[in-house]
Amino acid sequence: MKLIFEKSAPGRALSLLPPCDVELVALPEELVRETAPALPEMSETDISRHYTELNKNVHGVNCGFYPLGSCTMKYNPRIDEEMAALPGFTQVHPLAPAYATEGCREVLETASKYLCEIFGMDACTFQPAAGAHGEFTGILLIKQYHDARGEGAKRTKIIVPDSAHGTNPATANMCGYQVVNIPSAPNGCVDLEALKAVLGEDTAGLMLTNPNTVGIFDENILEITRLVHEAGGLCYYDGANLNAVMGVVRPGDMGFDCIHSNLHKTFATPHGGGGPGAGAVGCKAHLMPYLPKSAMMGGEGIQVRSFAGNFLVVVKALTYIMTLGQEGIPEAAKNAVLNANYLMRKIQGTFEPAFDRTCMHEFVLDLSGFKKETGVSALDVAKSLIDYGMHPPTMYFPLIVHEALMLEPTETESRETLDWAADVFRQLYELAHKDPEFMHNAPHNAQIGRPDEVRAARTPILRYQKAEA
Amino acid sequence: MGSYIPSTPAERQEMLKAVGLSDYRELYRDVPEQMYLDQPLNIPAGMSELEVSRAVSAMAARNKVFGTILRGAGAYDHYIPSIVKYIPAKEEFLTAYTPYQAEMSQGVLQSIFEYQTMICELTGMDVSNASVYDGATAAAEAAAMCRDRKRKVTLISAAAHPDTINTVRTYCYGTGDELRIVPAKDGKTDLEALKEMLTPDVASFYVQQPNFNGIFEDAAALGEAVHAAGAMYIMGCNPIALAITKTPRDCGADIAVGEAQPLGMPVSYGGPYLGYMATITKHMRKLPGRIVGETVDSKGERAFVLSLQAREQHIRREKASSNICSNQALCALTAGLYMATMGPNGMAEAARQSMAKAHYLAAGLTAIPGISMKYVGEYFDEFVVEMPKADEALKALEDAGILGGLPVEGGVLWCATEKAAKSELDRAIAIVKEVCAG
Amino acid sequence: MNYPAELKYSKSHEWVKMDGDVAVIGISDFAQDALGDVVFINLPAEGDEVTAGESFGDVESVKAVSDLICPVSGVICAVNEELLDAPEKLNQGAYDAWIIKVENITDQEELLDAAAYEAFCAEEG
Repeated sequence: MKLIFEKSAPGRALSLLPPCDVELVALPEELVRETAPALPEMSETDISRHYTELNKNVHGVNCGFYPLGSCTMKYNPRIDEEMAALPGFTQVHPLAPAYATEGCREVLETASKYLCEIFGMDACTFQPAAGAHGEFTGILLIKQYHDARGEGAKRTKIIVPDSAHGTNPATANMCGYQVVNIPSAPNGCVDLEALKAVLGEDTAGLMLTNPNTVGIFDENILEITRLVHEAGGLCYYDGANLNAVMGVVRPGDMGFDCIHSNLHKTFATPHGGGGPGAGAVGCKAHLMPYLPKSAMMGGEGIQVRSFAGNFLVVVKALTYIMTLGQEGIPEAAKNAVLNANYLMRKIQGTFEPAFDRTCMHEFVLDLSGFKKETGVSALDVAKSLIDYGMHPPTMYFPLIVHEALMLEPTETESRETLDWAADVFRQLYELAHKDPEFMHNAPHNAQIGRPDEVRAARTPILRYQKAEA
Repeated sequence: MGSYIPSTPAERQEMLKAVGLSDYRELYRDVPEQMYLDQPLNIPAGMSELEVSRAVSAMAARNKVFGTILRGAGAYDHYIPSIVKYIPAKEEFLTAYTPYQAEMSQGVLQSIFEYQTMICELTGMDVSNASVYDGATAAAEAAAMCRDRKRKVTLISAAAHPDTINTVRTYCYGTGDELRIVPAKDGKTDLEALKEMLTPDVASFYVQQPNFNGIFEDAAALGEAVHAAGAMYIMGCNPIALAITKTPRDCGADIAVGEAQPLGMPVSYGGPYLGYMATITKHMRKLPGRIVGETVDSKGERAFVLSLQAREQHIRREKASSNICSNQALCALTAGLYMATMGPNGMAEAARQSMAKAHYLAAGLTAIPGISMKYVGEYFDEFVVEMPKADEALKALEDAGILGGLPVEGGVLWCATEKAAKSELDRAIAIVKEVCAG
Repeated sequence: MNYPAELKYSKSHEWVKMDGDVAVIGISDFAQDALGDVVFINLPAEGDEVTAGESFGDVESVKAVSDLICPVSGVICAVNEELLDAPEKLNQGAYDAWIIKVENITDQEELLDAAAYEAFCAEEG
């Protein structure tokens, strides 16, 4: 489809502002912009149709099944949106006097109280704007803790399992830590011997996802956190997979000192095509003094963003938590796990799980044998799913499984949808044996064919340029 | 209680049976007994939609909403055209994930590509990323982008937004690098002090334009000094002002960043907002965050993809200088939509009117005996006045439904945008006058 | 796969050709094949000191990034800047597309001859 710039016509405009009712002020000559920015000039009809056309070329959770592993693409309730759009929230200036923002603080305090209970933590901040931003905040809590105890200079290493999300090592690097990667045990969990071998006086902490990125709850978790604490390090819980365990078991009880939770995963706030999310960070009492504050809002300490964070996202998450409540939170987790196991067993027999055992909220298929047999790769299968209107699973992650497809159905999918998805996988399994070529070229009925990513990276075109007349 | 689980209790039992288990506890067999929660969470019972709507609306009702907002300081109350509020609420835009699968995400990718183009147009820069969390983190990421083995020190103007300074300081604390504050003089960055501070270990200098006091900096002169010392120049610019003022490119900036909340986003108690970030071609591959690029698909048709991904954390892991792996896509969509709706003329009109209203308000306030401008420089839509009985005057305004300026060190920082009608400004001036005369 | 006999190879898949006192360095055919389409290369500057066993830049493909490990210690006396605009040359002819030249060599890694390197790759591959 055409770009908005290609639809622009000089002189087209909307009538949005009244004429200026006070005297205009001339900008000093040296400050005046030489040429106006070439922004689109459109009618309201043009704009409405352009964005509607774009919107048709987007696959949201509302469009169909979205089993993107590690991303928890559950249904995003409309009531949460309605609450966040209340003028009583959107029209509040962050620096309005305290008496005028009592409602906003009630939202933050209530959400904090409920999340602390779910996390098993003592305090919570909402300043981080995303999961990775929450990780950054969490590791900075650990850094400040060691610095305050005079151990900052010697504790220089963060331990990260090789199955971790790429953000973990990148976060440790942003916090000035050396990353120590440890290999996973054959079952995808932490290898205790490998952990012991690297723990020492230079250990600042451990970053761990539990259930881990292959969808398995590490049964040695108490021993792991104990060992790290014994070495003087702290334990950071990557909450990307919290949806599997909320209300069932708490990271605080597992021995973690701090946690980030992606409110846009576990607590059903929409992803918006990549944001805005919110990365709530919870911590135990000994890390509380180090939580970030806003300089403008009267706080002292570290700060990872302006003001109080993505406030409206917190409104959505709070609405969701209040809706589910005491019984609904664990019920969601348990059914997310049930749905994942159900789908895994339904698919098994064609594509095989990397770990043949009860999984948590997600599972990984290992297509390496299938690829050897048919020549069809995990990528080919993923692209073929698009033709069925299913969003592909996470591909080629975690790195410890070759030809990986990671599926997370979430609790908000019905049995019919899961049966249908399993059936689609079976059809593709059969197709791969009959017509692998067809799958190499998939998708066939999508918005576009496979894009040339090499060309995009070698000769980057990152903005529209008007063609020379 | 509320629930979004489609399966019925009977179906759940059948599904458990289908996976060979008898109850939910068996699903969690790896969870040690001692930590498996045997009592309910200490949070209230779930609610129906109507109940939760009442409860959350009651929280919103505890806030006081001001009909007129004359306060900025990092959050700006501009007019948001109706269509800009409605389009981002479409469920597909709202509920999609990051566009990893280009074949079913062309709408998101194209909207970001259009946003990137508009940011380049507005700033005069060559390359924009798909956005970052907000203006403060954009500044911090930009400063991180400039540091290398030889140049590790970051300089920032004392006249920048305090939250920006503190965020940049925090990111520097993370990597163990030093932040030095360049002092301000008469409300603006002190150029002579900057020159002295530009030692060979300085990686970059950040200035905000217009600055926290509302004043226009001598941006080109600051840039010349920075470049003469071999450092990089980062400018944080108000995007509405850029419709009419010199671009960061014109002022010699290597990286342009800023808070794009004024482009169609409500003030919302601080977020979600939008950090824009753009640079020149030379530094393209150092830019953090998502970037959308144009290419062709297998049929030779135009297509958009997430590009230059080798910069990013999922590939570079511990060698990545930033861990960012998302953008504020829906906010970027909103900003692009806002700019397309306003058009170049509408943007310029909003900028001119904001400036005019602020100057009208300043003239009205400083005509009151005892009130005077704190600084002398040219300003855009914000300014600081010294005034007696500031607390009393602000309270009187609030009682009349007007959120007045923000008390800052040595004065009150006011802001007016195109949204404020002359009658509202007159009323505010009259109330302040009454208090100060009394 | 091509393993020219006149070159020496490192286990991190760089090749070295001695041109008098100057070491000419690139990546092997095996390395370019493993990377896939190279889309960008981060190059050091002329005059930079390099240390054997340490990174002097990296090569990017669409889905991977790989460090370039210097097989020798010394000072960079030439950089093949053509590769900035045409990284595909590394795929087209890995042994024609030299990356850096190093002089004042003080140290070097243990290098393999073509036969030993071919055997090493066979094991890895």
